Amino acid sequence: MNVPAPNSTAPKLTGAEKIDVTITAIVPLNDLVTRFEFKRSDGSLFPTFSGGAHTVVEMQDGDRKRLNPYSLMSDPANRETFAISVRRDDEGRGGSLFMHNKVKIGDPMVISYPVNLFSLDLRARKHLFIAGGIGITPFLAQIKQLVRTNGNWELHYSCRNASLGSYVDELTQKYPHSVHIHYDDEKDFIDLENLLHGQPIGTHLYVCGPKGMIEWVRSTAGAAGWPTAHIHYEEFLAPKPGKPFAVRLAKSGVTVKVGAHESLLEAIERLGVEAPYLCRGGACGQCETDVIESDGAFMHRDHWLEDEEKALGVKIMPCVSRFEGKTLVLDR
Amino acid sequence: MSTFNFPESIRSRPVYGTLQAQVGKSHLMIADAHGAEAVLEMAAKEPAMMAQSHIIYIPKGMQFGLQIQALKPAQYYEGPSYAAAVSRIKRVLSDAAMGLQIYLSGTEGLIGQAQYEVMQAGFDYTAIQTEHRGSVARRMQCVHCKGITEDVMIDPFQCSHCGLNLFVRDHYSRRLAAFQGVCIDAEEPGNVPPSVELYS
Repeated sequence: MNVPAPNSTAPKLTGAEKIDVTITAIVPLNDLVTRFEFKRSDGSLFPTFSGGAHTVVEMQDGDRKRLNPYSLMSDPANRETFAISVRRDDEGRGGSLFMHNKVKIGDPMVISYPVNLFSLDLRARKHLFIAGGIGITPFLAQIKQLVRTNGNWELHYSCRNASLGSYVDELTQKYPHSVHIHYDDEKDFIDLENLLHGQPIGTHLYVCGPKGMIEWVRSTAGAAGWPTAHIHYEEFLAPKPGKPFAVRLAKSGVTVKVGAHESLLEAIERLGVEAPYLCRGGACGQCETDVIESDGAFMHRDHWLEDEEKALGVKIMPCVSRFEGKTLVLDR
Repeated sequence: MSTFNFPESIRSRPVYGTLQAQVGKSHLMIADAHGAEAVLEMAAKEPAMMAQSHIIYIPKGMQFGLQIQALKPAQYYEGPSYAAAVSRIKRVLSDAAMGLQIYLSGTEGLIGQAQYEVMQAGFDYTAIQTEHRGSVARRMQCVHCKGITEDVMIDPFQCSHCGLNLFVRDHYSRRLAAFQGVCIDAEEPGNVPPSVELYS
C-alpha cells in the first residue's frame, strides 16, 4: 500500500511532522480514562512506531491551541489505527478536559508523527515494567511489541482501586503469568526491594507513573546497585501556571507577555515565532533556548538540563519552565 | 608502578579509570598480571566488600595470588590463561543477578575480552569499572585475514597469521575486543618503516 510522504503542507517544521486524522472511536474505560482512536483522514496507513512512543495532539479549543503529548498505546504493528488513552484531569490546564468533553467521533484533528523518548533497550535479557495509574499506556504498546518478538517481560501495575484499573482485565486475561496488579485501596503495594532482588543480569527496568513513584523506583534501584543505563523512566510534565512575565525575543525583535496559564513556549508560538519542540513535557531537549540576559529567578521544571546548567541560568526549556523577575531576553 | 598514561587519541580508543567500590549486592573482579594491584588497592579502601566478592585472577607469571587470597574474598579462582578462565566467567555471568558490580583490571586484552562477555550477558558496558595496569601490549585483529594476535608490542607488526605488514591502529572494536591492524605497504609492497615499540 502507498504511504504518502510526510505532510509537506505542514506550516512550520518546529515539532515532529504532522498527520491529519479523524476520530473513529471514543471508548470510556472508567470514571477517569477514555480511549481515543484515530485513522488517517486520507485513508492511508500510519507510519510504524516503536513501543513507548508518544504523539503530540493539537487541540483547537476556541481561539486557543493546545499541544499535549500522549503515549501511543495501540499495537505498534497496527498501521490503520492509532490510539491514546487520556486521563481526565479536572485540575489541569484543560487539555484532557477538552478531549473528554469536546471531541466527537468524526472530528478532524492533527497529531504529530510518533516520537519515542521511552524506547525499549533491545539488548536487555528481560524487561521489568513498573506502572502507576495512567502510566500504563506506554507499556501497553511495548508489551504488544515484545509479545510479537517473543520478548521476556514482566509488568507490575499499581492502581488506586479496581474500578480505576485501566486495561487490568485485558492484561490479566491475556498474560496471567506476566502481569501483577496492585490496588492501593487494598493496601497492596509493590514490594520493590524484593522485586528488584535477584532479577537476572541484563534486566532493564522501566517506570512510568506519578512523579513520586518514578523517584521511588529510581532511588531504590540505584541503592540496590542497578546502573543508571538499566533504569528508564518517562514523566511528561504539564506546564504549571505561574505569575505572568515578559520576555524579549532578541532575534525576532519582539516582546511577549506570558500569561498565568500559558507556557513560555505557547506564548512564543502565539506571536508566530518559530520555536523547536518535540515532547512539550520537559523530557526531549528539543526546545532548549539560550538566555541572553536575565534579572530574576528561573523556575526550571524540566528533566533535560543538568542541575549546574539550571543554576547558571544561561538556558531554559520554554515548554515547562518559567521566570519571575525584571528582565528576560532569549536568543529566539 | 604498573600504571601508564595513554596519550590522548581518537574516540574509538578505550579509556580506563581507577577501580572504585560501588554500592551493590555482590562484586565480580576479573584481573590479570598487575591488575591484581588495582584490586588490592580497592580492597584496602573497602575491605567489607570482600565478603560478597568473587575474584578471578590470571597471574601471567606475577606473584599476587597469595595477597589476593589473603583478602578473603567469598570466592577465588586462579587460571593459567584467559582462555582457561573464560568458561568460568561465562558461567558466573549466566548465574548473576542485577545488583552485581563488575570490576576489570590489568591488560587491555583482558579488560576488552571480559567486557565482551559482560556485554553478552546484557549488562551495559558503561556500568563496568575498568583500570589498566601492567603491559601496554595489545590484542589486535588483522583486518585482512581476521586473525587475532595477542600481546602485540611493536608497530608495524607482521601478522602472525597471513604475514602482511600491519599498521597497529588506535581504532578499536568492542565486539572483537581488539585493535585493528591495517596493511601498511599496500601501495608499495616492501616499503615498511622499521618497527618500534608501542608508545616509545
